[in-house]
Amino acid sequence: MAAYIFRRLLAAIPVLFGLTVIVFFIMKLIPGDPATAILGSYATPENVARINAELGLDKPMLQQYVIWLGNILHGDFGRSYSLNKPVLDEVLGRFSATLILAGTALVLCSILGLVVGIVSAVRQFGWADRILTFIVLIGISTPSFFLGLLLILFFAVKTRLFPASGMYAIYGGGGILDLIHHLTLPAITLAIVATGVIARLTRTSMLEVLRQDYIRTARAKGLSERKVVMKHAFKAALVSVVPVIGIQAGFVLGGAVYIETVFQWPGIGSMLVTAISTRDLLLVQGGVLVVAASYVIFNLIADAVQTMLDPRLRR
Amino acid sequence: MTDHTEASPTPKTRTNRPGAFALLVNNRLAAGGLLVLGVLVITALAAPILPLADPNATAPADRLHLPFTPNHPFGTDMLGRDILSRLIWGTRVSLAVGVSATLIAAFFGSLIGLIAGFSSKRVDSVLMRGIDMVMAFPYILLALSIVAVLGPGLINALYAIAVVNIPFFARNIRGITLGLSRREFVDAARLSGKSRPHILLSEILPNVLPVIVITMSTTIGWMIIETAGLSFLGLGAQPPQADLGSMLGEGRKILFTYPHVSLVPGVMIFALVMSINLIGDGVRDILDPRLRSGALARPVARTAVARSRKPDTRPLMEATVLDVKNLRTEFRIGSTVLKAVGGVDLHLMPGECLGLVGESGSGKSVTAMSIMGLVPTPPGEIAGGSIFYRGEDLVAAKDSRIRVLRGGAVSHVFQDPLSTLHPLFTIADQLIETILAHQPMSRTEARDHALDLLKQVRISNPDERLNAYPHELSGGMRQRVCIAMALANDTEIIIADEPTTALDVTVQAQVLALMDNLRREKNAAILFITHDFGVVSAICDRVAVMYAGRIVETGRTEDILNSPAHPYTRKLIDCVPVLGEPERRLEAIEGLPPSVDDLPRGCAFAPRCPYADADCRHGDIALTATNGGRAVRCIHPLAQTTEETVVG
Amino acid sequence: MDNAGSVLMSVTNVDRFFGGGKTLTRRERPKLHALSDVTLDIRRGETLGIVGESGCGKSTLARLLVGLDRPTGGTIRFQTEDVAATAARAPRALAQKIQFVFQDPVSSLNPRKTIRAILNAPLVHLLGLDRAARRKRLTELMDSVNLRPEFLDRYPHEFSGGQAQRIGIARALAANPELIVLDEPVSALDVSVQAQVLNILDELKRGFSLTYVFISHDLSVIESVSDRVVVLYFGRIAEIGSAGSIFRNPRHQYTKLLLNSAPAPGRRSTFAEDAETELPDPFHPPKGCAFAARCPRADDMCRASRPPLQPAPDSSGHLAACYHPG
Repeated sequence: MAAYIFRRLLAAIPVLFGLTVIVFFIMKLIPGDPATAILGSYATPENVARINAELGLDKPMLQQYVIWLGNILHGDFGRSYSLNKPVLDEVLGRFSATLILAGTALVLCSILGLVVGIVSAVRQFGWADRILTFIVLIGISTPSFFLGLLLILFFAVKTRLFPASGMYAIYGGGGILDLIHHLTLPAITLAIVATGVIARLTRTSMLEVLRQDYIRTARAKGLSERKVVMKHAFKAALVSVVPVIGIQAGFVLGGAVYIETVFQWPGIGSMLVTAISTRDLLLVQGGVLVVAASYVIFNLIADAVQTMLDPRLRR
Repeated sequence: MTDHTEASPTPKTRTNRPGAFALLVNNRLAAGGLLVLGVLVITALAAPILPLADPNATAPADRLHLPFTPNHPFGTDMLGRDILSRLIWGTRVSLAVGVSATLIAAFFGSLIGLIAGFSSKRVDSVLMRGIDMVMAFPYILLALSIVAVLGPGLINALYAIAVVNIPFFARNIRGITLGLSRREFVDAARLSGKSRPHILLSEILPNVLPVIVITMSTTIGWMIIETAGLSFLGLGAQPPQADLGSMLGEGRKILFTYPHVSLVPGVMIFALVMSINLIGDGVRDILDPRLRSGALARPVARTAVARSRKPDTRPLMEATVLDVKNLRTEFRIGSTVLKAVGGVDLHLMPGECLGLVGESGSGKSVTAMSIMGLVPTPPGEIAGGSIFYRGEDLVAAKDSRIRVLRGGAVSHVFQDPLSTLHPLFTIADQLIETILAHQPMSRTEARDHALDLLKQVRISNPDERLNAYPHELSGGMRQRVCIAMALANDTEIIIADEPTTALDVTVQAQVLALMDNLRREKNAAILFITHDFGVVSAICDRVAVMYAGRIVETGRTEDILNSPAHPYTRKLIDCVPVLGEPERRLEAIEGLPPSVDDLPRGCAFAPRCPYADADCRHGDIALTATNGGRAVRCIHPLAQTTEETVVG
Repeated sequence: MDNAGSVLMSVTNVDRFFGGGKTLTRRERPKLHALSDVTLDIRRGETLGIVGESGCGKSTLARLLVGLDRPTGGTIRFQTEDVAATAARAPRALAQKIQFVFQDPVSSLNPRKTIRAILNAPLVHLLGLDRAARRKRLTELMDSVNLRPEFLDRYPHEFSGGQAQRIGIARALAANPELIVLDEPVSALDVSVQAQVLNILDELKRGFSLTYVFISHDLSVIESVSDRVVVLYFGRIAEIGSAGSIFRNPRHQYTKLLLNSAPAPGRRSTFAEDAETELPDPFHPPKGCAFAARCPRADDMCRASRPPLQPAPDSSGHLAACYHPG
C-alpha cells in the first residue's frame, strides 16, 4: 500500500510538470509584448531590447522555460504589478481562504451526495426516490452563480440570517463562529451542483452493485438487509464514487471562481477574475498553478482511497 | 435435417417496440421538458420577427421599471433597455453558443476517443496522456486561462468551453470504443475483409453513436451554464450584446434594490437547462439498453409473494427435509408474464442429493432460488404453491425467519465463484461474517472455525488463504471457499446452482468429489442444479428433469439414465456426445423450447416431440407416478426397458 | 498437392508471449507464456481437435492460425505462405482461405447490423460479388445452415444462441474457405442446440470438403468430431495423435487425468485428485514438465528437464511429451 502510494506520487510528477508546460505556453501565447507594456511610452527599440534581455525574453523558448521553472521551484512567482507585491504572498494568502471554502463544500457535497444517492437507490421508484431525483435534477440545473444570488437575496437581504459577503465581519469579526457564519451560504452554493452529480452517480452505482451476484450471496448467508446495503453494497459502490469525488474537487475549486465573486470571498477565484480583467498575467499564472497543483493532490488522495477500498487495484 | 428446422414462429417474435420519440413523449418529465424547451427555442428563433423593442436601445428616462409596467412586461434594466426583448435575444445567443460548444466538443472529443480506442497502444497512450494533462486542470480554471489568452468575448468563451469539454467526450468515447474493439464482431469484420478504417466507421461508430448522443444530451445544459458563467464574470458576451449570463452579471450590481433585473435571466437559464436535462434523462433512459430492459431495477431482500389461491394442503411426505408443492414463480415485465416455474413439486430427504436437470430457460434455477426467496423482485414473484422446510411453509414465513434459515439450515453454492464472492473483503471476513450471523461466538472463535472450514474443503495453507482476497485464488479454490461458506452453520440443505459449470473438468471432478464426501459426512441434502447428465451421474441419487417450467420426469438416477420414459429426457440424453462413443450419431432436438410467456396448450414439448399426437396438444397433462418412485408427465411414455442403452 | 491428407497448414515451433520487454527503468516486465514451442500439421480434409483446460493457450493458437494475432517466435504456414506475413500484407487473400467461427455467437454479430449486412461483408470484400450474385449466394448460405432466408433482414438480438451460431458459421462459409478454425463453437449453447450445430458442421464439412480445426474444452465433443487430437497443457503440446489412439490409449498422464475426470452419464464416480491443484505460474513457467507437480509418476528427471514430444513405439503419429508414458 505504501509502495503503491509512493508510485502514484512519482506518477504525479510528470502531470505537475505537464501543468507547468501548459501554463508557461498559455502565458507565452497571450498577445501583447511585456516589454512594451512595462515601458509604456518609453518603448524605444533600444529600451525594449534592454528589458527583453533583462527578463531573459531574448533567449530560446526552452531556455526561458527552464529558467522560469527554476524560479517557480524556488518559490519565485514574480511580482504582481497591479498589487505591487510578490505573487506568491498574495496567492498563498488567498489560497487558504479558497481551501476553507472548497474543502467545506467538498465535505458537504460528499456526505450529502452519498446519503441522497443511497436513499434514492434503496427506495428505487418509491416516493423518496422520485422527490430526491427531482430535487437533484433541479440542483444540477441551477447555475451556481444564480443560486448564490438567490440565497443572498433570501437569507441575507430578506431575512438577514447570514451575511451576504466576506469571510469575517468587518467590526468585531474573527473567530471560528464568525467564519462559519460567513461560510454557510457560499459553501452550500458551491456544494449544490457537486452534490447532485455525486448523488446521481451513487444511486446508479448502488443499483448496479445491488444486482451483483455477491449481493445475492450476502443475502443467502442470512445477513440483515442493513448489513447487505450498508456494508456489502455501499463499499462496492464507493469504489466507483470516490474517483468522481476527486473530479468534483476540480469543479468545486473551479466553481469557487463564481462563488467567490458572488460572495466577495477573499480567495483565489475572485483574485483570478480581477487579475484577468486587469491583465495581471503573473498573478493569473501563479493562481492557476497553485489551484491546479492542489487539484492534482486532491485526485491523488481520491486515488489512494480507492486503492485502499479495492484490493484488486493494488498491483 | 434437410428441411428448415424452425417450425414455430422463431426467431423470437419481433416486439413492436414503439419508436424512440414515442417513448420520449411517454416519459412525463421528458415530455414536459420537451414542451418547455420547444416553446423557448421557437420563441428564441422567432426573435427577429417578434414585435420586440430593440434589445440594445438605451432609454435613460425609462430606467429600472419594475415588471408588469406597460410596454415592459418584465421591466427595464439600469440603462432603460427592455428586459423581455433582451431576454429573448439573450436566450437566442446562449442557446446558440451552448449548442455550438457542445457540437464542437462532441465532434473533436469523439474523434479523439474513437481514434485512441481503436488505434495501437502507443497512439492511445499518447492521446490519453495529453487528455489527462488537460483534465489535470480544474475545468473552469482552464476555461478562464483560455479566455485570458484569447481575450474576453463571446466567441472566445465558446471556444474555451468547447475545448475544456473535449477531454470529457474523448475519455467517455474512448472507453466505449475500447470495449467494442475487443468484441468478437470486430475480429469477424476483419476476417470478412474489412479494412481497419472501414471497421471503425461501419462497425464501431454505429454502436458508439447512441453514447455520443447521450453524452451530448447530458452535457449541453452544463455548457449553457458554463458559457453563461463566463459572461457573468464579464469574460464572455461584451456590452451591449445581451446573453443570459451577462444580463445576470449586470443585474447583480443592483441585486439588493432591483432584484428582478437579475432574477429574470437567472430563471431563464434555469428553465432552459432544466428542460434540457429532463430531456437528457429521458434520452438516456431510452438509449441505454440496461435502463430500457429494466436491468437496473434493484432486487429487494426477498422474492415477493402473490399467492392468489390458498396453498394446497395435500399431506406432506413423511420425513422430508424439503417439500415443494405446486410452486409457481413468475416474472412480470410490463404486460407480459413469464411463467418461469409453472407448478413444480419436488422433495428432498435428509442427506439425499437430487439433481434438477434442464436447459437454460427451463426454470431449474428459478425453482431453486425460489426456495429461500432469492429470485429478484422486481420482476419476479412467487405466484403460488408452498415450500415446506420440515413442515413449515417458507412462503408464508416472516422475513426474519427466512433470514435465520438462509446460510443456516439452508445454504447456497452458486455458479461463478468469482462473482459470488465479494471482491473487496478477504476470505476470512466473508466466512466469519457468515458464522457470526448465525452463531453467538467471539471473532477469534469464529476465525478458528473459519480456518477449520477451509481445512474441511481441503484448501492448502488455510492460514494464509484466510487473508487472501477472492481474486488472488484460482477458480477451483474460490468454489471450495463457497462450499466452506455453505457448511459454516450446520446446514441441512445445500442448494447448489450449477456449482461446477464454470470450472475446468479436472477441477470439476475435485469439487464434485468434495461435495459428495462432505454431504455424507454432514448428512446434508443437496439440491443440485445442472444441465449435464454426466455430473448428475457423479453425485445425484435422484433426478428431476425440467422443461418449460415444469418437471417432466423424475426418478432414481440410474433408472432415468437407463430407461427414460419421457421423450424429452430420452432426447436430452441422446443429443450429447458421450466419451468413448465417438461414432454414435447425435440426435439433435429440432426447434427451440417454447417461450414461457406463450406456452402451448397441453404438453409443452409436443411441438418438438416425434411421438406427439392430437391428445398431447390440449388439456393439462399430469405428472403420473409409475413404479419405483418414478413419475412422468407424458401420455405416451417410452417403454421402460431394462436394457442398458446409454451406459456402455 | 490437392490430394486428401496432404499438409494444408504447418505450425513450426510457435511461441506466443504477452508482455515482456523492459520498462524505462530497465526492470523486466512480466512475460506471460501463452504458447511455447508448438509444432503441428493440419492435413487437408481432416478435423483436428484441440483440447485443453482454461489457460492452456488453445484460443491463442486459434487466433494465430487465422492471422488475427502473430506469433512471437516460430512460423505458421498455410501451404507455402507465411500466415503472419500474409495477414499483414494481404489480409483478404488469407481470409479467403482461412475462416473463423467464434465462441460467443451473440457477441460475434454486430448488434446494429442486419444478418444480410453481416453476411454480405465477406461476399463484397473478399469475393467482390455483384448484387445479383450476392443475393443468390446469401440464399445458398442460409439454406446450408438451415435458416430461412426471411431471417436475413433481422437483427442479431432476434435470434437464439444456436441460430446466431449458425449465422456465424454461414459467415465463415461465405468466402468458400479451405480451412475453418472453430473456437469453442458450441460451448455457449444448450445441449440440445449443440447437437444441431455439430450436425450442421458435419454436413458442411462433407458437402464443401472443408478442413476443420476444432477447439474445445469438452472431451466428448472433441472425441466425436475429431480425426486427430492435440492435447494442450500450459501452452505446450502434451500429446498429439489420432483421436482413436489418444482416447483409447492415452500416453501422457495429463490426458489420462482429463479422461478420468470427465463426467459421463452412468459413470458413478469420477477420478479426482485429492487436494486442490494449481496450474503453474504462467509468468514463471517451471523448468521441467509443467504437469510434474500434479503427476503421480513424476520424478526428479521430470522436474529437472522438459520432456520432448516422443512417438509411441507402436504408432509414429502418436506423440507424447512425457518421460513416463503409458
